[in-house]
Amino acid sequence: MANSTIKTSSISSNQKKSIKAIGKIDKEQSNGVPSKRLEILKTYKIYIGGAFPRTESGRYYIAENSKGEKLANVCLGSRKDFREAVVAARSASGGWSGRAAFNRGQILYRIAEMLEGRKAQFIDELVKQDSSKQEAENEVGLSIDRLIYYAGWCDKFQQLNSTVNPVASSHFNFSVPEPTGVVSIIAPQDSSLLGLVSVIAPVIAGGNTCVVLASYSRPLCAVTFAEVLNSSDVPGGVVNILTGKISELASYFADHMDVNALIFCEHQPDIKKMMQEKGSLNLKRVVFYDKINWLTGDGQSPYLIMDTQEIKTTWHPIENIGGGKSGY
Amino acid sequence: MNHKGINMSIPRNNTLKLKFDSARKYAPAPESRAAAKIDPRYDLFINGKFEKPLSKKYFDTINPANEEKLSEVAEANAADVDKAVSAARNAYNKYWKKMPPKERGKYIFRIARMVQERARELAVVETLDCGKPIRESRDFDIPVVGNHFFYYAGWADKLEYAFPNRNAQPLGVAGQIIPWNFPLLMAAWKIAPALATGNTVVLKPAETTPLSALKLAEIIQEADLPPGVVNIITGAGATGAAIVNHHDINKIAFTGSTEVGKIIQRVISGTNKKATLELGGKAANIIFDDAPIDQAVEGVINGIFFNQGHVCCAGSRLYVQESVFKEVVRKIKDRLETLIVGNPMDKNTDIGAINSKQQLDTIHKYLKIGQKEGAEMYQSSCDLPTKGFYCRPTIFTNVAQSNRIAQEEIFGPVLAIQSFRTDDEVIEKANNTPYGLSAGVWTDKGSKIFNMTTKLRAGVVWANTFNQFDPTSPFGGYKESGYGREGGLHGLLPYLTLQSIS
Repeated sequence: MANSTIKTSSISSNQKKSIKAIGKIDKEQSNGVPSKRLEILKTYKIYIGGAFPRTESGRYYIAENSKGEKLANVCLGSRKDFREAVVAARSASGGWSGRAAFNRGQILYRIAEMLEGRKAQFIDELVKQDSSKQEAENEVGLSIDRLIYYAGWCDKFQQLNSTVNPVASSHFNFSVPEPTGVVSIIAPQDSSLLGLVSVIAPVIAGGNTCVVLASYSRPLCAVTFAEVLNSSDVPGGVVNILTGKISELASYFADHMDVNALIFCEHQPDIKKMMQEKGSLNLKRVVFYDKINWLTGDGQSPYLIMDTQEIKTTWHPIENIGGGKSGY
Repeated sequence: MNHKGINMSIPRNNTLKLKFDSARKYAPAPESRAAAKIDPRYDLFINGKFEKPLSKKYFDTINPANEEKLSEVAEANAADVDKAVSAARNAYNKYWKKMPPKERGKYIFRIARMVQERARELAVVETLDCGKPIRESRDFDIPVVGNHFFYYAGWADKLEYAFPNRNAQPLGVAGQIIPWNFPLLMAAWKIAPALATGNTVVLKPAETTPLSALKLAEIIQEADLPPGVVNIITGAGATGAAIVNHHDINKIAFTGSTEVGKIIQRVISGTNKKATLELGGKAANIIFDDAPIDQAVEGVINGIFFNQGHVCCAGSRLYVQESVFKEVVRKIKDRLETLIVGNPMDKNTDIGAINSKQQLDTIHKYLKIGQKEGAEMYQSSCDLPTKGFYCRPTIFTNVAQSNRIAQEEIFGPVLAIQSFRTDDEVIEKANNTPYGLSAGVWTDKGSKIFNMTTKLRAGVVWANTFNQFDPTSPFGGYKESGYGREGGLHGLLPYLTLQSIS
């Protein structure tokens, strides 16, 4: 849906530095004449179904930091991108939910391994996006640890949340959690990596697939994290990451009829209200995480996994015709 | 060991017809109406007393079995709702929040015991007001009501074991709106967990079936619960809307149609109200060719004709594997003829009265739609009483997946039968609905049971049984059948907020 009426950012005339200038590492380049070799700049694309397309809308915006430095041209995702991502997430849902919980745990662990290997790149991106070096190192470390945390939960939260129910009739009866299906997520906007990881991990640990809208102002880590996912044995479509504006996309995240649950992390009452309203179209489970500080221990818990689980109860008769009275 | 394996060489008898039309006829066995004391008029139960409605309005409640007026009940307006909510809020702050949990539990135990003591009376009231067979209210509804209170009473002082590493706190005042199909049982499903977790309650029973809830109000009064902890107010849709819209309610618990459930989610958007919605269903009941067919047929009959089919989890879509399709359909038709339809107060009655004229019209509308869409209708040849609202047990064959009778909830004794060949096909057909409340599977093969029960997207799955309920067993839907669970440990969470301990 290339909508020409929506204002896409254009490069402002008074920009102080070119995007390319941010790609520099050593100062010698600042005179405009490369002293060694010309760097390859990264293209930040969206992630749908395990592939890295550009937005179908052809639109982009410029991510910049608080100093006004231009960081990248980022895809300004559209409704059609979102719908394609939902199709990818739905297609991946059966396979991912059907995997052994142990296997999902291994894959989450693998994501953490890959992230660890590319730590420097994430720290670099966080620093570009206004974090201090120390904050950046802390955030990347926490993000890796959070993935390890949820990797461990993959085959355990079911045990804590399942019950064998002692019904009064002659039946065997048990209840287990099952993934709710496809979850649309609007990631915390003030965090580039940790918030994103903190909302994705519990959702996929529980066997759901998801479509995530990354932080608008700090999108770099989201796109790089998609590359980590892509090289971590996470099947295509399990996590789909879009970049774009909440104001444009939130209503589609809320009203899509093939999305089962919706997570929103900002304290924006009007958007929360809209999400509940539109979510009612197909009775989405609407979850708000606007009070969680992702940097603390409250940012992780098996209760967060349970927010996108359903409880299934199964009954079967027990043959009760007497006879076996031995034993006790 | 499976001892049945020895008999596998004996072929199944496909020609035997069950014979019920013998010379033995059932003599009438009516329950006595005198067992129930029904007042000519009921007021609103607010703050521990029966109070006249500020609306000054009353409406009749009738016996759907003969259309006679049973009583008249108050119609609460917004001012009455406000009064009830204030009473509940006051009781929450003044008594219930401060009471030691074990004492709270003891009050709920009291209610359970009193329900058991007055079981016969409650069963008769339920059958008179609701139309369900006395056998069902006597042997199912009322016993389970008592059990439900008893089960949750014991949770009151044990919540810290249910939610490790969290401090579980009540939400406050719960507004609860319940349907007419299991009037007292739904009241118990709502009130018991709410009280056990420390919330206070404003409950509204359905307008066609208010009497058993008002009897429960008497019990709550007799149990000496602090005034205002439970308030029971009667009325129709407008009263329900006033509850949902009330600013001082923290939690809405609703059982009813998906249509209204969606409205509730929309209306409470932008507020901090939490919701549990237990909504409609269109359950698939699936018979494989290796199933014990006679047992499965009994399960299908129970699945769709229990409580006249007024069951949100009713097995209203039957899928039969092709190789046994004819046999199953024939046996269902045979069994249909044996069902006794009529006076709900007769202990022999299998299918009682449809709850209201309005519901009977809805069912008739769907019978017409089914035939118009090309499905083949078959009904029992039984006679129906001349007064009251009754519907013959009905099955449709030659049904297409897209037919409205296979897609929409009818809420009556109407079964849509389709065939299938493979497991994958039936999983896809069974899941091809916006609903996801319940499902049933009939097969003798354990591994197939677990494949099916895992892949069916429904909150309750019955294997080789159907329509079983228990206080310890969580109940609730996937998808558009709602969210939240009622019953069991999982039924506590919807009434709590979990605070981090660290």
